[in-house]
Amino acid sequence: MLKRVKRRYLALEIDADEVFGSKEFMDAVWSAVLKLYGEYGASQAGLTLIDFDMEKRFAVVRTVHTAADMVRTALASITKIGDKPAAVHILAVSGTIKALYKKTKR
Amino acid sequence: MKRIYADLHLRPNLKDSEQVSHVVSKAAKLGYRLVAITFSSNFPEEEIRRLRSICKEAKIDMASRVDLRPRTPRELIRDLRRLRRKFEIIAVVCESKNVARQAAKDRRVDLLNFPSVDFRKRFFDGAEAELASNGAASLEIDVKLLLTLEGSPRIRLLSNLRKEAAIAKEFHVPIITSSGVSDEMLMRKPRELAGLTHLFDLDEISAIEAVSKNPVAIVRRNREKLSPRFVAPGIRIVRGGRDC
Repeated sequence: MLKRVKRRYLALEIDADEVFGSKEFMDAVWSAVLKLYGEYGASQAGLTLIDFDMEKRFAVVRTVHTAADMVRTALASITKIGDKPAAVHILAVSGTIKALYKKTKR
Repeated sequence: MKRIYADLHLRPNLKDSEQVSHVVSKAAKLGYRLVAITFSSNFPEEEIRRLRSICKEAKIDMASRVDLRPRTPRELIRDLRRLRRKFEIIAVVCESKNVARQAAKDRRVDLLNFPSVDFRKRFFDGAEAELASNGAASLEIDVKLLLTLEGSPRIRLLSNLRKEAAIAKEFHVPIITSSGVSDEMLMRKPRELAGLTHLFDLDEISAIEAVSKNPVAIVRRNREKLSPRFVAPGIRIVRGGRDC
């Protein structure tokens, strides 16, 4: 029997002076994972964008729990989003979206 | 007890007081409770005191740090004699093997920093680690290069850092992870700095200690030594009387 996939939801704060879209943001995340862990590593991350609010500089991404450390490292290595200087800080990590929003009080 | 996170290598532009206060308040916002700011060796003490008050306003503790870049071991000894009692942290940027060896065995040196990407100019090998473990020096790893380099230079750097971290662990040399940045956009949370050390195979406990326990221990030890009550390790003046 296939094992149930455990997930981790990461609440992120986008630290940037400029504004950009969700596509540019996810491109930066994917590119960071690819640069550090290659295509094989990126294929194991199971990255999905769940929520993105540029006004509040807030995003939520989902990953597989086994790749959570890998994604955390990759997110910390982001220095640019769409050629604009930016940083991504992790606000909270949780196993469910409900608990994540509770932690971040949203 | 809540863990104290420290970044021992902040390099804001000291001529721009606005940038300094931005960097300090950003460090406080990111969760640091102790930062070390790098000064030049002839930086006026009143200015250091003024920066300390800026840090106090931001509810963050500041330690003074100086980076020495001596060309010869003799120059290093001379600088240490002149500056050891002026600064809380002394880091030696090792650009030659002789200097690296002298810095590792001198107990007045707190941090050994190897800034070069070229593996021939990184002198943290077994012999260096053995000297450092007998002395009091720790290996400092700046993550700035990890963030700014790309492609093959970063691959080579990671490979070198992996070897150095393994050697440090084998010889029980404490590792300090610092940001080493002057730009606030490159500052990271302590847990993120610890996360970046996974790239060179530092285990989770060592990674967290490299941004908390190890740097805090250096600052505590040096503050005790610099206090007027200090006599020798383990001996300090508790009370002074007329007949003492």
